[in-house]
Amino acid sequence: MQILHLEGTEDTPKIILDKNNGIFEISGRSLPEDSAEFYQPVLDWIDEYKEEPKNATEFVFKLEYFNTASSKLILDILSNLEDIEGVTIIWYYHEDDEDMQEAGEEFSELVELPFEFKTY
Amino acid sequence: MKYIYELHKTMLERNLILVYEGEFTQEITKSVLAMAERNMDSMGEESSIKRKVFNVMVECLQNIVKHSEDLHAKKENKPTAIFMIGKQEASYIITSGNPIKNEEVPKLRGKLEQINGLDKDGLKQLYKDIIKNTNLSEKGGAGLGFVDMARKSGQKLEFDFQEIDSNYSFFSLKTTIVKE
Repeated sequence: MQILHLEGTEDTPKIILDKNNGIFEISGRSLPEDSAEFYQPVLDWIDEYKEEPKNATEFVFKLEYFNTASSKLILDILSNLEDIEGVTIIWYYHEDDEDMQEAGEEFSELVELPFEFKTY
Repeated sequence: MKYIYELHKTMLERNLILVYEGEFTQEITKSVLAMAERNMDSMGEESSIKRKVFNVMVECLQNIVKHSEDLHAKKENKPTAIFMIGKQEASYIITSGNPIKNEEVPKLRGKLEQINGLDKDGLKQLYKDIIKNTNLSEKGGAGLGFVDMARKSGQKLEFDFQEIDSNYSFFSLKTTIVKE
């Protein structure tokens, strides 16, 4: 399966979706002008991955900041991942960033997926 | 030339560290954010406050970008808006002002009054309701911007509408971020 790899910019996150190496990660800042357009490739990639997923998928969010339009798309990504067996969400937040911790907790309440919280 | 000095004095009196007036685009948003970040960094601002200020700024700026695109799409004149950051002893004050159609005023006022009527838990519930049940608008807005600004600031949103003419009103918004 193709690797989806996008370098981060000042308003878009770094994305690595690599089935062979078991890396599924979205990190950095997310405030794109059009969040739906930006995240569409991610949703498409997950749709394809869904057909033949690994036994376990650790999907990492390590976001420094995201805007509200991105939060809607993060929920879409999580909802899409709900259809896959063996997915765990690893939600990173900076140790003094309560808002990012709370955001992760809220997402965990909105979807049926196990969340692990880690600080950096 | 007197207006230059007057403007300078006003900015000092109100402790305005950044004022932008003009067209709003994503590129301008990024520039304004970068300037404000550098400014806060050079003042040695705490990272938790920086994050909150950044957060409120993004929602505020992107609201204006989306809204002005909308006005412009309707073949109106290209609207300009104003954005300011003030720094007081114990708080940051983020203000913006932009023209909106008169017919949009009641709905916007209602939304802001609803948000201001809610406490922390009420805002959290509203946020979850909107994110679960609303699709992105064609402008790409999630309808969550004001709710998020109220949540991140922990303060009421102050707002005002001043009629410009029979078609437009000027919408002013003020969010305060208190340093702990």
